[in-house]
Amino acid sequence: MTGKLKTLTKNQLFLPFAMMVLVLLINLIKSPDFFAINIQNGVLYGRLIDILNRGSEIAILAVGQTLVVAVSAGTDISVGSVMSLTACGTCMLLAGYGVNSTTTLAVPLVVGLLFGLVLAMCCGAFNGFLVSKLNIQPMVATLILFTAARAIGLLLCNNQITYIRYEPYKYFGNFIPGCPVPTAIFITVVVVAIVMLFLKKTAMGLYIQSVGINKKAARISGLNSSNICFMCYLICGLCAGIAGIVASSRIYSADSNNIGRNYELDSILAVALGGNSLGGGRFNMAGSIIGAYTIQAITVTLLAMGVSTDQAPVVKAIIVVLIVTAQAPAFKAFLAERKAKKLVQENETQKKEAA
Amino acid sequence: MRKTLSVLLTAAMATSMLVACGSSSTQATTTAAAPAETKAAETQAATTAAPAETVAEVTEAAKAAEANGETITVGFAQVGHESDWRTASTNSVQSALSKENGIDLQFVDCDNDSAAQLEAVRNFIQQGVDYIVIDPIVSTGWDTVLTEADDAGIPVIVIDRTIDDSDKYVSWVGSEFTNEGLAAGAWLKAYVADKGISEVNALVISGTTGSSAQIGRSNGFDKYVEEEKWNKIDEQTGDFTQEGGQKVMESYLKSYEGKFNVVVCQNDNEAFGAIDAMKAAGVSYGVDGDVIVISFDACTAGLQKVLAGEINADFQCNPLQGPDCLNIIKKLEAGETVDQKTFMAEPWYVAEDKLKDIAYTNNSGKEVTEPLVVVDQAVVDAAY
Repeated sequence: MTGKLKTLTKNQLFLPFAMMVLVLLINLIKSPDFFAINIQNGVLYGRLIDILNRGSEIAILAVGQTLVVAVSAGTDISVGSVMSLTACGTCMLLAGYGVNSTTTLAVPLVVGLLFGLVLAMCCGAFNGFLVSKLNIQPMVATLILFTAARAIGLLLCNNQITYIRYEPYKYFGNFIPGCPVPTAIFITVVVVAIVMLFLKKTAMGLYIQSVGINKKAARISGLNSSNICFMCYLICGLCAGIAGIVASSRIYSADSNNIGRNYELDSILAVALGGNSLGGGRFNMAGSIIGAYTIQAITVTLLAMGVSTDQAPVVKAIIVVLIVTAQAPAFKAFLAERKAKKLVQENETQKKEAA
Repeated sequence: MRKTLSVLLTAAMATSMLVACGSSSTQATTTAAAPAETKAAETQAATTAAPAETVAEVTEAAKAAEANGETITVGFAQVGHESDWRTASTNSVQSALSKENGIDLQFVDCDNDSAAQLEAVRNFIQQGVDYIVIDPIVSTGWDTVLTEADDAGIPVIVIDRTIDDSDKYVSWVGSEFTNEGLAAGAWLKAYVADKGISEVNALVISGTTGSSAQIGRSNGFDKYVEEEKWNKIDEQTGDFTQEGGQKVMESYLKSYEGKFNVVVCQNDNEAFGAIDAMKAAGVSYGVDGDVIVISFDACTAGLQKVLAGEINADFQCNPLQGPDCLNIIKKLEAGETVDQKTFMAEPWYVAEDKLKDIAYTNNSGKEVTEPLVVVDQAVVDAAY
């Protein structure tokens, strides 16, 4: 029994998961109806649904971010801006350049969406090229699009918020009529499933890990390190694009200033909360996704408790510090040392008693 | 294959860099007015007759000035482009301070970065422009740079937001936000009395905390909350964004289900978000609904919602500061003194034809009775 418990607590996913449960438990004590889920107006309704729904963007971003962190021991800080660019590109094409609000589409919806995703993949490819081929530090390489992508989006939208008041465009961030589950949840599930399958069914996961641990060694053993690195950035860009479309669809517009603002930080945090080392190498996708929903759970909790949205970051920071500390190797070592000392003491007292 | 890829990527990189450069220094000399701007100017002409006349006069003066070969250079450091309101404000200034009026406008979009804005103003001083127009992102930290402008003898005109820690500017043009809040309170008082609603349980989605619009609108409305013993259940910020309004409303709906009958959103974008959240939860709102929706700004999309009966009342915050700026510059050029403060004319829009006007004590302590404008298609078409 204790053995089983030990393997459970030793699992990398244990702590992230426990943290999320803890956050949710605090809510349960505060207000028992936090977990209530019912059907209202034909759709699922409740705080848990809010967490799953609103956490979609961070979860999708975390998928890409995890790969980038694992393969290059660096972070892609352009994801928030790429979200904004994707939204702007999509809305611009759908509405026609310079149109501020439209109820009819200039091009078919699919074309607009594909264009947005292609834009996002170009951004990913650009980042990947700088990091993998030119060996620029990830933080510096992605800093370029971090500043530029939002501005390019703004140019595409002719300096204004472009509204797409066309019902099907709202589906991705809201509900498809007749379906009680928010569409964003489906999108997240599909993205996560595809990437997980890709990692599990091909050797890609292993490759990424080996490149992350030692690029040279991986290369010598026959892996094309730079191509693998490039691909991770490409996937990360695509994920940012998908998240951007969801975020844009929620407000059926391209708000270049606000879409994806600070999301790069949340996505990196999600990776860290998931127990992944930001030093690259071994990674756990499930951990990052749990991390993403933990962040959203904290946000929703604070809103539910009526903590003013301005002060919320302080509380959020405290919780994050606690979670990260609990997972820090130094802290774990400290606990282990204390445990060992205790054992030694016990042993000694036992010896004395015996004597 | 690899070669083609790298060539393509380099090309993509080069173009994106070019585009990036073009936008990060959004400094552009404004030229002819775009159709939208012309429309904005027309609206202004239609609503307030006086500035329109001055525009005409100044055009005359400008023609004379141009004949003499003089152009006035003006530097304009704008906050950013975060909302339709801001875009309207930018367009208004750009079309009023135009070449036709004898002004060479240097426009800088500061993208909500106050350091960039200080830098932009310093640049204007170095360039030796004739006038500087600032919409300050933050209200403090201006003393040094405004002293520099003062030493250089460049008059500074402040629009929209305020500067608190310096008085080295010649004039300020903007909205009296407290009056907007007070008018909202006065309207709600009259409206609930008319409808026979005895209890007011209000939820407030406020703007960016600390912005003068948020402070003014909250203070004005809170005065009525206190006087009328209304129950303000909660107030959280939606940061003046649609997503913010939607998120806060989603949370409110779960916390205070069925316990509220008034939602006050401090701008239209927040109201759109809140309305979407209520729609998704099946809560009825607006003219025939259970929840009264109050909003501020009254941009075109907002007035469309008023017309559709989804927003009960929308209190305008007039973004068309351009003609007033032009007026001030013209007066200063003529050597006249200008008013320290110019308040914009701001109509109050409502969805229903029940109340004709509202009476309240405004922020300067004056008893005023102001008309309520019922929104119809013509009003929407004329909006900014």
